[in-house]
Amino acid sequence: MEDKEKTKQESSPVPDISDKIWDFFTSVKLTIVILIIIALTSIVGTIIEQDAEPEKNIQLLAKFFGDSMAPTFYNIFLKLDFMNMYHSWWFIALLLLFCVNLIVCTLDRLPKTLKIINTPMKPMGETVIKTLPVKKELRVKAGLAGAKDAFLNSLSAAGFRVFEAAEGDSVELYTQKGRYSRLGLYIVHLSIFLIFIGAIIGARFGFNAMLNIPEGGTSDVAYQRGGKQIPLGFTVKCNWYRTDYYGDTDMPQEFQSELVIIENGREILTKVIEVNSPLTYKGIKLYQSSYGLMSDVEGVFDLRVTPRGGQETAVYAKLGDTFVIPGTNVKVEIINFSPALAKDPMTGKLFTYNEKMMVNPAVGVRITEPGKPEYTGWIMRRYPETGLLPDGNKIKLDDYWGVEYTGLQVSKDPGIGIIYFAAILMSLGLYMAFFMSNRKLWIRLTGEKGAVRIALGGTANKNRLSFEKDVEKILSKATHLIEGSPQIPAHRERSKK
Amino acid sequence: MTSAVFFDISGLSYLLAMFVYIVFLASRKHAVGAAATTITIFGLAFQSIALILRWIDSYAYWMTNSPSSGMILALLRSAPLRNLYESLVFFVWCLIFIHLIVEFKYKVRSLGAFVTPLAALTLVFIDISGTSKDIQPLVPALQSNWLLFHVLLSFLGYAAFGVSFGAGLAHLTLLTESRKEAAYIFWSIIVGVFITVLVAMGLDFLNAPPAKPDEVIQSYFLKSTFKSASGGVAVISWIVSIAFIFVVWRFGLGFKKILSGLSLTTDMLEEITYKSIAVGFPLFTVGGLLMGAIWANSAWGKYWSWDPKETWSLITWFVYALYLHARFVKGWRGKKVAVLAVVGFIAVFFTYIGVNLWLSGLHAYGSE
Repeated sequence: MEDKEKTKQESSPVPDISDKIWDFFTSVKLTIVILIIIALTSIVGTIIEQDAEPEKNIQLLAKFFGDSMAPTFYNIFLKLDFMNMYHSWWFIALLLLFCVNLIVCTLDRLPKTLKIINTPMKPMGETVIKTLPVKKELRVKAGLAGAKDAFLNSLSAAGFRVFEAAEGDSVELYTQKGRYSRLGLYIVHLSIFLIFIGAIIGARFGFNAMLNIPEGGTSDVAYQRGGKQIPLGFTVKCNWYRTDYYGDTDMPQEFQSELVIIENGREILTKVIEVNSPLTYKGIKLYQSSYGLMSDVEGVFDLRVTPRGGQETAVYAKLGDTFVIPGTNVKVEIINFSPALAKDPMTGKLFTYNEKMMVNPAVGVRITEPGKPEYTGWIMRRYPETGLLPDGNKIKLDDYWGVEYTGLQVSKDPGIGIIYFAAILMSLGLYMAFFMSNRKLWIRLTGEKGAVRIALGGTANKNRLSFEKDVEKILSKATHLIEGSPQIPAHRERSKK
Repeated sequence: MTSAVFFDISGLSYLLAMFVYIVFLASRKHAVGAAATTITIFGLAFQSIALILRWIDSYAYWMTNSPSSGMILALLRSAPLRNLYESLVFFVWCLIFIHLIVEFKYKVRSLGAFVTPLAALTLVFIDISGTSKDIQPLVPALQSNWLLFHVLLSFLGYAAFGVSFGAGLAHLTLLTESRKEAAYIFWSIIVGVFITVLVAMGLDFLNAPPAKPDEVIQSYFLKSTFKSASGGVAVISWIVSIAFIFVVWRFGLGFKKILSGLSLTTDMLEEITYKSIAVGFPLFTVGGLLMGAIWANSAWGKYWSWDPKETWSLITWFVYALYLHARFVKGWRGKKVAVLAVVGFIAVFFTYIGVNLWLSGLHAYGSE
């Protein structure tokens, strides 16, 4: 908006070293160069998979450089830290350089903007008013005082605070609005700076870690990349983990775990967490991040058994256990389990289609009753009708508990408050910078034999079209007021532009 | 699925509008221009109906799966911005909407010839990329109130950038004088590549066998040309495209004559480019970057993790920040900033489509 190149010549003829450094950092060329370097190196980082196993990126590089050259290029990129480039010293140095450049440029330009904001407006006289970018001229039949009041009224209705200067037969009204919108871009720059501060605080005093807890298990530490243990300061217990699916599909609807926070042996807090709904305790957040099935663990079947015509009761049993359906002679033996059972549509054979996830758990049962034929079958959680036995008794598989673990993302970020504040500040600054403008208006009213000559001029640092529309409104409201007032004849003549 | 019919009608209208806008460029007849605008408005009306119908369908779908949720929650969760297909459709809607605003505000019809091909390209891409059009259940990560606002604002921003891309290209066309100029070579290659991709995707579309109803993922993208199973076709495609881009470069100055005969002025294009970026930049910053970061933090505990999508959106932001600083601080006008506006939209394309298309593809080995 203002031209900054001129200031350089005004400084002392023999620039000392600090001036030179200042000039280096205030140059927009530096900004452009830094932004381009950050952008180009970032592109490399989006192509090379970050923090991946070496084989993956060697295969990737082979696509560009051929199989024989790939390992060589891999080693070159590795030496240059491109395999984890966003955390490398040179990338962070670039970001810091960008930040310094941003601060210095901002500080360099701020005083000038403040001067513009703080310089009071002055009346300008008719000749200057007629040269402004937005201008209008007209004559109305009215007294000077009446016309002035009409304009004061219409301007203050539009939110302008008006100053006036009288000079002989004429009065000049001058006013401005939105001069602080000139600070919008500085607020955006400040918010970028705050994001840097927040990120540094987060990196220095916070952590990101993972934690897998089996159902029923507890932990008081989390694990960072590379296996480093982070003490939590309290104990987390996972009561259960559960995936809900949409209808009878394998499409997950919700991942949930019930967590308990235990401190000094007391249960402080219990919460069911979901993907977009973490648990927060003492600044540490626990997010639902993954889950899995443990292969070498024996769990407990949580079964709901309803004898024919009777009440539902809960039965807990392990693989190989046998129990009696209450009030009957029917014996149920648990003989098999599948985490995800499906029927082959061609052969009708049952098979397990997923060993790693409990997508569609099923329990295999053998049912015996003295004097009756033996029944064996599968009871599936997704299809409760499979639990309706031939003899009219009902068994529902509620859960196979103790075999899944919940994967938690554990993070602490004391800088997050600053980040959120910066986000709000940036939104505000962008609004000021792009959707508000500094509008200035001068209106010269000159009395001429029962009429008033009006010369209006204005400037806006942005969005001139909408300013022109607003000026039209102010003008038409004022002329309307002049016509409507009783002491003035309702006759008006407009001078041609 | 009544919405599909309305989507098809709107898509055909935009395709037709594209041809009529181009005829208008060549003929300069007022009636042709008015027809192009009418067809576009007609398409937008149909697409709006289609979006509402789809929202109603998704709402019903959501309620069958989560009968206990309240109306506002269900409306938020079922807004038709939930997968690649829906977001592409919404992008087209925003693009046309913003284009019409610009057309009426600045009384420039000819810009339509630059913007409607972008809409057509997107619509054809939907059909051949194999993005599923079904109403799908919402995966847990997307079940957030941020989804609607994040996507809504990002796409309004993208569409505004799309308009600045069209205006920037038209501007470059008007400003360049000789075939040896870097800016001329730049725009002629961009226009050449753009038309080539549009034609290649049109061929994919014509060659695509009728989809089987149970076939969810099917990709015909560039399979009839550059990625053809027959090596000969692929080689010919490359040769023809390079020849075509050369032709655009060779005869591009004629294009300038057509444009300069219209009501377009360089001042107007400069202003449209700037205004679109001035609207797009804050929308993209707040909706795309800031809300995206806040959402990531509430879902995963990290507001920024340098994944390709995030990184590309930051790169996009840098390009437009560069545009604004070059314009305001250095006082650049004309060719240099128009090039930046075009580059900015290429970055938008990468952020939105390229990352999904190529970068995830590069990391998924053996899938090609």
